[in-house]
Amino acid sequence: MSEQQQFSHRRDETPEPEAPAPPTAPSAQNTERDAALDSLLDEIDGVLESNAQDFVHNFVQKGGQ
Amino acid sequence: MSVRRVMGIETELGITSAQVDTLGRPLTPMHLSGQVVQAYAAGAGPGAALPRSSGWDYADETPLRDARGYEVARMLADISQLTDVEDPTIANTVLSNGARFYVDHAHPEYSSPEVTSPLEALRYDRAGEQVALAALRTLAEQGREVRLYKNNVDGKGASYGTHENYLVPRTVPFARLAESLIPFLVARPVIAGAGRVGLGQTSERAGFQLSQRADYLEAEVGLETTLRRPIVNTRDEPHATPHLHRRLHVIVGDATMADVTTVLALGSLSAVLRLVETFPDAVPDIPLRAPVAAAQVISHDPTLRSTVETLDGRALTGLDLVEAYLEQVEEAAVSGHEAWVLDDDTRHVLGRWRSVLDGLRTDPASCAGQVEWVAKHQLLERFRDRAGVGWDDARVRAMDIQWHDLDPARGLAQKLRAAGQLERLVPEASVTAAVTEPPRDTRAWFRGEVVRRFGDDVRGASWDSVVLADERGRARRVQLPEPTEGNREQTAELLARHTSTASLLTELVSEDF
Repeated sequence: MSEQQQFSHRRDETPEPEAPAPPTAPSAQNTERDAALDSLLDEIDGVLESNAQDFVHNFVQKGGQ
Repeated sequence: MSVRRVMGIETELGITSAQVDTLGRPLTPMHLSGQVVQAYAAGAGPGAALPRSSGWDYADETPLRDARGYEVARMLADISQLTDVEDPTIANTVLSNGARFYVDHAHPEYSSPEVTSPLEALRYDRAGEQVALAALRTLAEQGREVRLYKNNVDGKGASYGTHENYLVPRTVPFARLAESLIPFLVARPVIAGAGRVGLGQTSERAGFQLSQRADYLEAEVGLETTLRRPIVNTRDEPHATPHLHRRLHVIVGDATMADVTTVLALGSLSAVLRLVETFPDAVPDIPLRAPVAAAQVISHDPTLRSTVETLDGRALTGLDLVEAYLEQVEEAAVSGHEAWVLDDDTRHVLGRWRSVLDGLRTDPASCAGQVEWVAKHQLLERFRDRAGVGWDDARVRAMDIQWHDLDPARGLAQKLRAAGQLERLVPEASVTAAVTEPPRDTRAWFRGEVVRRFGDDVRGASWDSVVLADERGRARRVQLPEPTEGNREQTAELLARHTSTASLLTELVSEDF
């Protein structure tokens, strides 16, 4: 058996699709992240272009590669 | 080796400005892009960028001589005239870090220098962000405000590219490459997508998807990059010794702001290429029934549960597809094969790939600091919850665009980076160094160093050549056909001996034979 085939056995084992597990309990890391996201969202009106509708409408690019 | 190989990233940036011409008409994106490129060259100075507006060497001459990886060609008549063109819409410069910064179509494009690892590709990609920001600062000092977006879509039908390049041995048949890569490229956005608000080329349906580019793919294999974009691009332009190398040009990827996402995109693909090169029979045998449609199915489902069908009737999720490749790569990595050295880069990429994949399977939110689409999705979902709005809300769509704004004062990804919520893999000081210093282990070192040392006497450069002025001001081309030659070890002493290109050329020529 050539080296090229020696670990090809897994090809027949189709992984079973599985549903994502339910969200885990909030950890300290999640809490910190939540706070960072909330902090960004608290100031979002100052960060976003003043008229979001116009901004999105006017964001027009030429196609590239 | 393993995930290490010659690679690089080209990024076309979205561009907007309120500037108008003397008749009050908006400046064209070509003109604005030219302003950006010229501003960088002007602001950075001759030691950091070729001062001429068009320093690219498009000619493809047969080399006359060869030494230490470079070849010197005979005089070229038209080079100096080319470099004097001042039309901003074709602005083009070569940087002392070995990159090319120029106007491509209607966008400024930063093409990183050749590097040899995914982490270095990340560092030089981030250096490109700093290059763009430096250009914007120079323009701001001139009273010109321009904004640059590191994304790939405008949501109204236009798409512009982030292209990855990988050096692959010519001995690997292209058909095998394409066949092996298609299922992987279809599913890769699961770990490497930047996320996008809007479904369809013109965002005709509301929603969130993993990939910027999925809706713009229209073919499986092809030569085009702007129309009927293919999953695997067939452009055969190796920019290297043609009978030895192929340059795989990957056009389906997203521009990325999250460091781990960038490294995963390049590292995983490089590993898959190594698998194709070393164990072709171990490449997962999962041909898709409809690859283009599958790319969209996978991209359109942030729950990661949608399945796509293989030719033999299996229904697999994007995670399944990516994991099938990862499992084979993990086995190859410990096979003892000489091309599978478990160096630091390879351990890092495979470790990240596995942990991200497992995280996405169990709790996608756990990957928000690593996988860009997850980070963007999480932020926008939180906003939607607070505001009680749908995916078609103008502020949500604005946030999707502003995620990619390179300006730290406005860019949402930039703000999450600054808040420590997008994991950084390269220290900022190291990125800053990469703005001016070339990689040491490729020909980009020679290219970048002659730009830094000789400025205006460098008449132009391309990926595989630099054009230098000789003692009579004539242009002479030095060929660099091997991407890993012309590196620091080979040419540092040579360059240190000379204070002019004329003198350098004397040694290059006289040294031959």
